[in-house]
Amino acid sequence: MRSDRLARRWWLGLTMALAALALAACGDEPQSAMDPQGPFAQKPDDLWQIVFVIAIVVFVIVQGLIVFTVFKFRERPDDTSLPVQTHGNTRLEIMWTVIPALILAGIAVPTVRTIFELDAEPDGAMTVQVIGHRWWWEYRYPGAGPDGQDIVTANEMVIPVGQPVRLEMTAQEAGGPDNAVIHSFWIPKLAGKQDVVPGRITTLNIQADSEGRYLGQCAEYCGLSHANMRARVDALSDDQFQRWLADQAEPAAEPEGELARQGKELFFREGSSCVGCHALNAGDLSSGAQVGPNLTHLMSRQEFAGAIFELNEDNLTAWLENPSSMKPMRPDFGVGMPDLFDESDPEARREIQALVAYLLSLL
Amino acid sequence: MATATATSRSILARPTAETGWTSWFTTVDHKKIGIMYAITAFVFFLIGGLEAILVRLQLSEPNATVLTAEQYNQLFTMHGLTMVFLVVMPMGAAFFNYLIPLQIGARDVAFPRLNAFSYWVFLFGGLFLYSSFFLGGAPNGGWFAYAPLSTSMPGNNMAFYSVGLQILGLSSLAASVNFITTILNMRAPGMTFMRMPMFIWMSLIVNFLLLFAMPVIAVALFQLTFDGVFGTSFFNPAAGADPLLWQHLFWIFGHPEVYILILPAMGIVSEILPVFSRKPLFGYAAVAFAGAAIGFIGWGVWAHHMFAAGLGPVARAAFGLSTMFIAVPTGIKIFNWVFTMWGGKLRFTTPMLFAIGFVAMFTIGGLSGVTHSVVPHDAQQTDTYYVVAHFHYVLFGGALFGLMAGTYYWWPKVTGRMLSEKLGKVHFWIWFIGFNLTFGPMHFAGLLGQPRRTYQYGPELGDTVTIWNRIATFGALVIALSVLVFTWNVIKTQRGPKDAPDDPWDARTLEWLTSNPPAHYNFEEIPVVTHRDEFWYRKYAEDAEGRAVPRQAGGSTTEVQGQPPAGGDTGDPDHGDGHEHIHMPNPSYWPLVMTFGLPIAGYAVIYRSLVLAAIGGLLMFFGFYAWIIEPVAEDDAH
Repeated sequence: MRSDRLARRWWLGLTMALAALALAACGDEPQSAMDPQGPFAQKPDDLWQIVFVIAIVVFVIVQGLIVFTVFKFRERPDDTSLPVQTHGNTRLEIMWTVIPALILAGIAVPTVRTIFELDAEPDGAMTVQVIGHRWWWEYRYPGAGPDGQDIVTANEMVIPVGQPVRLEMTAQEAGGPDNAVIHSFWIPKLAGKQDVVPGRITTLNIQADSEGRYLGQCAEYCGLSHANMRARVDALSDDQFQRWLADQAEPAAEPEGELARQGKELFFREGSSCVGCHALNAGDLSSGAQVGPNLTHLMSRQEFAGAIFELNEDNLTAWLENPSSMKPMRPDFGVGMPDLFDESDPEARREIQALVAYLLSLL
Repeated sequence: MATATATSRSILARPTAETGWTSWFTTVDHKKIGIMYAITAFVFFLIGGLEAILVRLQLSEPNATVLTAEQYNQLFTMHGLTMVFLVVMPMGAAFFNYLIPLQIGARDVAFPRLNAFSYWVFLFGGLFLYSSFFLGGAPNGGWFAYAPLSTSMPGNNMAFYSVGLQILGLSSLAASVNFITTILNMRAPGMTFMRMPMFIWMSLIVNFLLLFAMPVIAVALFQLTFDGVFGTSFFNPAAGADPLLWQHLFWIFGHPEVYILILPAMGIVSEILPVFSRKPLFGYAAVAFAGAAIGFIGWGVWAHHMFAAGLGPVARAAFGLSTMFIAVPTGIKIFNWVFTMWGGKLRFTTPMLFAIGFVAMFTIGGLSGVTHSVVPHDAQQTDTYYVVAHFHYVLFGGALFGLMAGTYYWWPKVTGRMLSEKLGKVHFWIWFIGFNLTFGPMHFAGLLGQPRRTYQYGPELGDTVTIWNRIATFGALVIALSVLVFTWNVIKTQRGPKDAPDDPWDARTLEWLTSNPPAHYNFEEIPVVTHRDEFWYRKYAEDAEGRAVPRQAGGSTTEVQGQPPAGGDTGDPDHGDGHEHIHMPNPSYWPLVMTFGLPIAGYAVIYRSLVLAAIGGLLMFFGFYAWIIEPVAEDDAH
């Protein structure tokens, strides 16, 4: 019997080492769910640490039993007798019913407590509305501007560090639930994911305790470009955040340079496709459309098209030339950006150049 | 009696042939039907596996371009649909079909023509689903087809989903009625519930689950079909509907469905472990009741698939608790299996290797499942590769390992040949290693932020995620290699002589009483059962210390050996000396004819064609009517 216990201890040591190695190896990748950076990710992680250890212990016991049994009770070639025909052992069976039940009851208590803790609206929370579209994220900060203006941005949510943020979320297309589908907002280092559902409001609390950029993406299959619906959260110091709000509340600056001015003209031209989908507050001119992202301060962001491309001249040009070749979409079906230009036409290429110059000026 | 003349023979006469290749189209013999299920399911397994390989190739690098987004979305959807509905469920049905009558000492199932119908509907339903690839594109909304996405996708892809699954559901529903009736009513004299083989217990539970779960998905699929094809608003939020309704309906079906997928394999493993441990299943009653408990509690956990869906905290807490609760009966079974082996004399044949592999791998899947029940952390796990890892450990590591174990174990009974042990071991080890290489890393990739159902992932997820994905892709190719080894084993074996003994494994249950393969009528005399593991009891008695000792002159393997059963007469008063007086159900055309109508009606719905609807409807009606009124074959009329 002692040899059996030793055999099992050896296995225990090895497996704990492996588990430690695995956990260590999985530390801080950019979208890791095992690297909580705020209380609403920390609490689930606390539960995980407990359950994971229990799971490893049970794993070692059960697999150890199997390995032990396989070696100890293998048929020896010289032994042809049949074993005792044990039918059961009531005491053992009761034990392995009751003990797991008790362990689970032990896990159940903090689990239920944490569910309710995470759900409650935190004190002093700032509200941000999240709207999932196919295939990009819209964020609205109602009344957050210095004069009470609504701030609207896309894909990259900016929040103040150390403050709880209450996300009120839904899914829409072009301002309403029609043709909208379910998505899921997920920034693993800040919180678990929460589905956004057309026709309903769901809520999620997040908080970033350090400044920095947190990665995430849509986590509910939403069709063709589900994989391309990334989300970012930038946590800024309180001062920087207030400055950001103020900047966002301003209309877009007047563009400098002839090309950019032409671009603005093209953008707001009568019958232009741009204003049909994109909101842009340029002061004297503005568009309120809600089909695509608000472009007023496009260049205050780092990425576009669902945060999958860096915002630069090359990418913006390629995007305007042929958006569907860069990101799978179905504009013919009402989702995604249509192909507006014939890029073989030199006139169209000139228009694209001008528009890109204008977009690049939208700081 | 036999005054059949040439004039009374017509093309509508009931067929009688039990041999020849055409007899397979009209057969109602549960054994032939079981074989057809198994072959068809295996072909779909190869196709589903190919789909998986393509998926894995696309995911082996960040931003790969092996597949387009649309191709990927169709492939992962069809991979899931194929493996669930066209492989694991029909494989289970193959085993139910072949074994249930044999293990309970019956000659066939309660409704033989309905049995044939179930098979043909499965085959045609599967073909119907796959025809979508050639008719505009396969379903691409995920196997779970969440509304409103699934009702708002362009094309007919999802119409093939909702109609195709509806057709397939009919197969399972009909089969469930059949098997429940068979098990409840046709057990041999003396076979009480507590003397049934554990596989029969699990089969009974599974078929009750099917009976109650299939109608739920049928309703949901009708609603989905009407929304998608006819523009109704069951799931349309703009019309005021709640999209979560689909999720609830789907998962009320979907959760019992996963127990439907695993319990047959649990039954198989519960047969195999005792045979190759040479001692009975440990805690038979507990295993049976744990299975029933899982079946019952399984109805109360469905919303654990919806922890991020937007349910309130009370619902999430309740379902978290019920999910934790169901881990208890599951754990009981694991321990019972391990202790079946404890104290035994273990023989590591190929079926035993797969059975032990089942216990070990299912444990891992069960543990990751328990971690899902920790609701706040499930909000991190759900919809990531961590879940993909979990369900592949239970469905592949569990169900497929178990079904493979059963394949090797019962192969000699079905075909009269033993699959090669050497090739079987090679198969097992390559399969085992490949499986763990494929799905082990997915636990980590998921927790490192890789979501499911994404045709590509970016390098910004980090190098570790890329490395895990590369390992998983490599593992998938290793699995493919092991399947080639298995296929070669089958081909090589089937070319060889039919020299397997009737009881090659020294087994415990009644099917091993029969010849290889069993005669059409299964048993010359219906056995009378006096003990659990009746066949073992006839071969061995227990001495004072509880060790088994052979009775008389060793265990012989013919039907008329050892202790004759007390009062062992059958029920048939006309029973004579030869088996030609055993009345067996006649073959029939009509299940197949009726089945033809189903996919035609399916196309009618998708293409909104009244002509096709009329043809399909007439075929179904005519087939059904002829089925009801057809007499027994002329030769058997007396």
